[in-house]
Amino acid sequence: MITEIGTEYVKNMIKAGKRFDDRGFEDLRELKIERGYVQNAEGSAMVTLGETKILVGVKMKVGEPFPDSPNEGVLMVNAELGPIASPDFESGPPDPQSVELARVVDRGIRESKAINTESLCMEPGEKVWTVCVDIHVLNDDGNLIDASSIGAIAALLDAKVPELNEDGTMNRENMKKKLEISQIPVACTIHKIAGKMVLDPNLREESAVEGRLTVTSMDSEKLCAMQKGGECGFTPEEVYKAIDISIKKGGEIRKKHFGA
Amino acid sequence: MSVKQEKLIVNGKRPDGRKLDEMREIEAKAGVIERADGSGFFRLGNTIAVAAVYGPKELHPKHLLDPVRAYVKCRYNMAPFSTTERIRPGPSRRSTEISKVIKSALSSVLFLEEYPETGIEIFIEVLQADASTRCVGLNAASIALADAGVPMKDLVASCAAGKVEGQIVLDVAGEEDCEGEVDLPIAYVPRKNEIYLLQMDGIVKKEELKKALDMAIKGCKVIYDKQKQALKCEYKEVKAK
Amino acid sequence: MTEKEDKKKTVKEELDTKKVEKEVKVELKERNEDKGSQMLVEEKAVVVPGELLARGIDFLPGNGTFKEDGEVRSKIMGLVKKKEHLVSVVPLSGTYMPIPGDGVIGVVDGVQISSWLLDINAPYPGFLSLAESTEEFVDLSRSDITDYYDIGDVVYARINKVTKRKDIQITMKDRMCRKLHGGNIIKITPAKVPRLIGRSGSMIEMIKKKTGCHIIVGQNGLVWIKGEREVLAAEAVLKVERESHTEGLTDRIGEMLDQFAKEVVK
Repeated sequence: MITEIGTEYVKNMIKAGKRFDDRGFEDLRELKIERGYVQNAEGSAMVTLGETKILVGVKMKVGEPFPDSPNEGVLMVNAELGPIASPDFESGPPDPQSVELARVVDRGIRESKAINTESLCMEPGEKVWTVCVDIHVLNDDGNLIDASSIGAIAALLDAKVPELNEDGTMNRENMKKKLEISQIPVACTIHKIAGKMVLDPNLREESAVEGRLTVTSMDSEKLCAMQKGGECGFTPEEVYKAIDISIKKGGEIRKKHFGA
Repeated sequence: MSVKQEKLIVNGKRPDGRKLDEMREIEAKAGVIERADGSGFFRLGNTIAVAAVYGPKELHPKHLLDPVRAYVKCRYNMAPFSTTERIRPGPSRRSTEISKVIKSALSSVLFLEEYPETGIEIFIEVLQADASTRCVGLNAASIALADAGVPMKDLVASCAAGKVEGQIVLDVAGEEDCEGEVDLPIAYVPRKNEIYLLQMDGIVKKEELKKALDMAIKGCKVIYDKQKQALKCEYKEVKAK
Repeated sequence: MTEKEDKKKTVKEELDTKKVEKEVKVELKERNEDKGSQMLVEEKAVVVPGELLARGIDFLPGNGTFKEDGEVRSKIMGLVKKKEHLVSVVPLSGTYMPIPGDGVIGVVDGVQISSWLLDINAPYPGFLSLAESTEEFVDLSRSDITDYYDIGDVVYARINKVTKRKDIQITMKDRMCRKLHGGNIIKITPAKVPRLIGRSGSMIEMIKKKTGCHIIVGQNGLVWIKGEREVLAAEAVLKVERESHTEGLTDRIGEMLDQFAKEVVK
């Protein structure tokens, strides 16, 4: 019931064209990316977006390829919304929200072909590298999808491929070979609050979100994944507008934080 | 001659003889599961799904209970034998995600506030899969909800468009499915001109996406009419009166 | 532009204007006496959710409909009904939603300190308080309330009040209300109850008469049957449910029951 009151308040605020921290509707909160946060991970990135904190780690392991792609490495994305990040999260098997989060991030990386999966093949049909991307939400203050997507690609860019010893064990001592990343897919989610399109809501604003549309862009013209959530519908025109916003914002993020 | 090199789409004709903007054959029925409060059947070419709706009824477990509206439970499931490779029974990450997006899409048209503290259960079983299973499942569920007498603003229709060999096509299926570069399933209500489910994967430019979205919307309109017909068919004799 | 073409165009324009005028006339004829408002479907037509029923300020949305942007639309599948300005849709299916005044059949499935909970085949339990159950004084320190109603007891009761939060209050203080001993309960789609009762009770009275059974029909779709030929009566009730939307049903049910009576005599 408390959230109900907050919801109405947020909606009225958005209707009046205001946000809590005086941002414009299309402005993001301050974004910080700290690469190499965890030494034991092959790659990692701590993303801070306003108060939202997400740590993404990449681990590499030796595995078997899928039968339909014997020459390609495997990508696995997992998201953990543990009770540490919010009183609303519970421990236990993954809930629909974390599954969706992981799959939306996964789709962005996979479909953009950001990882050169063929470079991860050691013995065709037998032995390939499996890239495990684990998204660890440490503090949920809204917009987990965008923050996770940025964190995942940052961690992958940071990742190195270990050497294999002759006995098959991994040598993580001095990893020189970088994971080959050719694209920087960035997800940008457009949230609808009181009929207005708003970017990067904090948790309080997120409680009033009626619908959202995530668009993952690769560069100034190409998209690689989309996902609509929430109950509120989008007209085709709104979808096109969301795509334009996403391409623009994705470009800004790529330029500022990834030097691309 | 290597088969692989052969083009799937030749002179605007697809492997199964369809035109680029042509959908597969549609079959829709209401009232196929006696025990359920409402049920629906939907077939799009070789993809078949049935859906059952129970409720509104008392909700278990109680922590899901919403004091101001009904809680929608939605379970999308593929039968183990529905594909060439057997699918391990039980929920997967894929089916969890699909259940979630279908639930959101259907919830948007239901008058949930009329049934506070209750649950509405939607079960979707994909019996045979040949692409677009989430769309076919959603179409069946939409029929089932209306058949169950659950108050709704409108029926929801769903279909997919895609990109095969660089061309935008409606309702990707069969051989095209493996070669598909882009998949864009949507759910749509014609009267509102609003999209309630939208997913996309594959590399696409905005202009291509526009074209695909337009095509999918046209497809949804055709499906919407079939859903309406299916429901009316169930009570044909009333009209004769 | 040549003269000929010009002329052609003028003629075409004339024709077009005439056509429009004609269309407008037809439309005006079809319209109600009130300007702007229009009924768009026939009565008794089968409609589905979202279907447009009527347009304009003169029509009010009744049960099973909603109004949006000045248009009355159906929110359920059912048959269109129009009563003066009120457009409603009679459902063909759906769960039972309690309405004050409804007579229902309930099964006691919970006993509390001074009240009972009844399963009334609705999404919400029925709440029967001691005060609504009997006129006599009950001393709770001396008697156990299960002496009145216990788990599994079947009652015919009336819906007294439905709160906004869907608390369902039930009363036994009504002429017809009582505990039902023995017999069997069958469940039918609540939307088919009016058909089972028939016009001024014609259908149910016939089944009662021809089977010699006691039958009580609850608005909630539960039907209580007691008598020697319970099975036959139940079969007739279920046939009505199955074929509720067909013509000449009363006659067919009559025939079915007569046929059976003959076979028994043989």
